[in-house]
Amino acid sequence: MTRGTIRVWYLVHKWTSLICTLFLLMLCVTGLPLIFHDEIDALSGEPDSMAAAGPPSSSDAPGLKSLDALLGTVLANAPGQVPVFMAFDNDTPLMTITTAPQPDSSGADMTIHVLDRATGEVTGRESEEGVMHFLLQLHTDMFLGLPGMLFLGAMGFLFFIALLSGTVLYAPFMRKLDFGTLRVSRSRRLRQIDYHNLLGIVALAWMGVVGLTGVINAAATPLRQMWQMGELAEMTLAYAGQPPLPPSRYGSIDKAMAAVRAARPGNNPQFIAFPGGGFSSKHHYAVFLQGTTKLTEHVLTPALVDGESGVLTDIRQMPWYMVALSYSQPLHFGDYGALPLKILWAILDLFTLYVLWTGLLLWLGKRRAGADAHVREVESGGLVAAAE
Amino acid sequence: MTGKSRNHVRSLRHIFAAPLIIALLSLVGLVSALAGDGAADWLSWAALLVPPLAVVWAMRKHRR
Repeated sequence: MTRGTIRVWYLVHKWTSLICTLFLLMLCVTGLPLIFHDEIDALSGEPDSMAAAGPPSSSDAPGLKSLDALLGTVLANAPGQVPVFMAFDNDTPLMTITTAPQPDSSGADMTIHVLDRATGEVTGRESEEGVMHFLLQLHTDMFLGLPGMLFLGAMGFLFFIALLSGTVLYAPFMRKLDFGTLRVSRSRRLRQIDYHNLLGIVALAWMGVVGLTGVINAAATPLRQMWQMGELAEMTLAYAGQPPLPPSRYGSIDKAMAAVRAARPGNNPQFIAFPGGGFSSKHHYAVFLQGTTKLTEHVLTPALVDGESGVLTDIRQMPWYMVALSYSQPLHFGDYGALPLKILWAILDLFTLYVLWTGLLLWLGKRRAGADAHVREVESGGLVAAAE
Repeated sequence: MTGKSRNHVRSLRHIFAAPLIIALLSLVGLVSALAGDGAADWLSWAALLVPPLAVVWAMRKHRR
């Protein structure tokens, strides 16, 4: 690798890292407790995690209460509200019904009611407060809504470029060094560089996957809007131009679910979106079906049912970008392989924090040195320290 | 290790051999738990344990 090439990659690594590091530090710090949010919620006694016995609410097992009856119970206790979502669980009979003042109200105005589908009782409300919710908001959009999400997505992309350029620089640096070399006794700077390189290179694939899936998740809103305006509009073309279906004319959810189950026996719903919101047309119940195997469980297939008559309009596979989004969620959260996977996620998150932190220290230590001096440092495997 | 072998210039293949194996194992670990439960979970845990184990190995064998 020529000195000129190293110089270009050094500058790419320096600037992409410098711009994204503070935000990535925040993401790693807030992400660490979020890995364990199920366990933490269970310890603090959130209603949705309390043990409830019975068949899973996403199934159609006998003994589960009718969805229309549950919705009636919720609406009787929420005057002036209309239903916007119903969401189900694969492990317990617990489910949620979300209500809002309008079919197209924003998330901030929504109320999430938690119910037990085995007993038909409302067990509580999902809290939008508390430390975990605060951390999640900070991690997702820094309380800035869509612009904050897209900004953090851009930071994630810069992080990915920093990983790439760091890997390129790893080659000239390690030219005369064995893999895993840690020179801890010569100077603090050499020790920091060796640890930065070792932890960075061993966690590279994990950081790349969690970084890129984070970028895809950050684009969730525009991706969903693209699907709603494209595929979904095509699926419900016959209804285009009709006035929106008012909540007073919403038909039976149980009838709609029966129509979907008749067309796709064996698939359970993850959630149902009511007409007029961000996940459906203005005239349909959108039933999002889960796949039947562990691998396809995350990929949802929308079934559109006429919101008044309960007749199935269309079922269609999600386009590739929505499938990518479906897989990006588990791959970013690390919640798909029980507690040992979460612990490994936490260890690799700490590695990432250490790489970010040492990277920042290495820059602070020699920030007045010119690019040429840094290039010599890379070329010599750290032996020629960058001069001031 | 002799001074000579410590200073010889390594090929790209040599430099990236261990990182590539660790990266491929990490990807196997990331995907296998998505594909199934039980054995697939164990494979995932074992494969993703490789990066931390590589660091432990380096701290024991390669500190100087």
